[in-house]
Amino acid sequence: MLVSVLNGLAIGFLLFILAVGLSIVFGMMDVLNLAHGALFLGGAYLGAAFSGSWGGFLAALGIAAVGGLLAGAVLSLMTAPLRRRSHLDQALLTLGVAFVVAELLILAFGDDPLSAAAPPALDGSVTVLGAVYPTYRLVLIGVGAVLAVAVYLVVERTRVGALVRATVADRDMVAAIGIDNRLVTTAVFAVGSLLATTAGVLGGPIYGARPGLDATVLILALVVVVIGGLGSVRGALVGALIIGQVDTLGRMLLPELASFVLFAALALVLVLRPQGLFGGPAAVGAR
Amino acid sequence: MTAVQAPAVPGGAAAVTPRAPRGRAWIVTVAVVAVLAAVPLFLAPFATTTLTRILVFALFAVSLDLLVGVTGLPSLGHAAYFGAGAYAAGWVSIHLTAQAPVPLLVGAGVGALAAALTGWIAVRSSGVFFLMLTLAIGEVVQQLGNAWESVTGGANGLTGIPSVRVAGAPLANAGFTYWYVLAVFLIGFALVWLVARSPFGAALRGIRDNEPRMRAIGYPTSLYKYAVFVLAGGVAGVAGSLLAAQARFVALPDMGFVTAAFALLAVVIGGAGSLWGACLGAALVILVRDALGPSLGGHGTLVLGAVFVLVVYLLPRGAAGVRLPRGRSS
Repeated sequence: MLVSVLNGLAIGFLLFILAVGLSIVFGMMDVLNLAHGALFLGGAYLGAAFSGSWGGFLAALGIAAVGGLLAGAVLSLMTAPLRRRSHLDQALLTLGVAFVVAELLILAFGDDPLSAAAPPALDGSVTVLGAVYPTYRLVLIGVGAVLAVAVYLVVERTRVGALVRATVADRDMVAAIGIDNRLVTTAVFAVGSLLATTAGVLGGPIYGARPGLDATVLILALVVVVIGGLGSVRGALVGALIIGQVDTLGRMLLPELASFVLFAALALVLVLRPQGLFGGPAAVGAR
Repeated sequence: MTAVQAPAVPGGAAAVTPRAPRGRAWIVTVAVVAVLAAVPLFLAPFATTTLTRILVFALFAVSLDLLVGVTGLPSLGHAAYFGAGAYAAGWVSIHLTAQAPVPLLVGAGVGALAAALTGWIAVRSSGVFFLMLTLAIGEVVQQLGNAWESVTGGANGLTGIPSVRVAGAPLANAGFTYWYVLAVFLIGFALVWLVARSPFGAALRGIRDNEPRMRAIGYPTSLYKYAVFVLAGGVAGVAGSLLAAQARFVALPDMGFVTAAFALLAVVIGGAGSLWGACLGAALVILVRDALGPSLGGHGTLVLGAVFVLVVYLLPRGAAGVRLPRGRSS
């Protein structure tokens, strides 16, 4: 039972790191980035390729971070010309990009599933209240919690965060007071993508890296974002923790029907609160 | 086929097509159908099989276009109903009977049923949210297919599906299978075309263009969206039964995200709302994936992804938009 709860927490924080980028990019730019899962997969492959040592793990994190920033900036530039068209066109564009990226990753790393070992000293297990538990997942919970607090503080308490929230609320007004909001949106897209690739490296020891993983994690992230409410940091956190628990419990109790449990949770939230738990008509920043 | 372009064009305005082009369109339609019907007499079996695959996927894309183009509901989970219909038709063919209309009707019924069971939640939303929900629903249905191994064969797929029997005799070769698929395709296409032209279809276009206004003038828009979702699921189920008849093998990817995304790609390439455009898009997708893909080392998806990106930039209204510069304001 305790192991299940901890597993749920680990998955939940990983999902938060993944989903918060998706959520903020949508909240700020109205772009549903369907390439988010492909970015995660990129990070996962990097993690698998460099796994086995601390140097490799940190190198993978570094490369993934830089790659994520660049990919986000490129995606932002690519979607910019479509801003006057429908949201669907932008989503379709990112879907095409997702296919291209996923195929290129398969070309580079092959068709076979790869596994990533946790860095040394974290690949063992420890005893938590009498239950044996993998150390890496405990560390992941800690790292996820720290990141969650960091994102929350940045969005809620800093000048940059205020700028981001203001851009979500009224892009034209921000432009009118003399701030180049193209820069803000590109930066947010870049950071959101960085979070996706970072989540891929961090999730490597849990999910591995394989073709098709991009769609799986994209769907989990979308469910999290729909449950939490689009554009809300707090919603992404709560949604991710709920989905982490629901998914883990579901897999333990009803392995055949785990995906139905997930769907039921989604359906329940949408029936009771169609805008998501923390989404409102004006879901803004870290609300 | 070409006859339907006018009524299904984005932006509505179905009834204002001038008379002369419509007459010409009928002639083109008859000619296209005649050429399609004569194909097995001229082409090699392999090419006939490829064309059969195109027709199967085209009917699937047309059913999706009913949602995307006519009603404005972009679905990324439509393959779930295609796959459900394919599994149902295949299962019935193996265990009960492969006699002609039975697998077809079972496929349609199961496709519609699956859409009815899952659609009520999707139609509560619209736009990008609809996209997300259908994506999640499609994944759930696929995982159910994976888990329900006794019926679907799980990861191995459903094998050993017998040929469809028409009037007691099995369809012996690629040509007969082609004619069977063509006949069902034409019926399915005509059905979707009639729906798109009907007052019901006009209401759907109204919902696409301005749902709050349609609700304000008294249309129960959620009910309409639900009805068209179930109908599209049923037609996708028919297309699935054709897949079972043609490939005689159904596997999980047939109901997965990639298949759904390819169908959406076909609709977008063709120009959402144009049913014949969706068929052209389906032809392109199948040709790249099945005919060109093997020579690219199985990386047809890479080409399709790039095509997708280019189409979004260069052809905002798809191939149909290119062909219709005259007589349309907007």
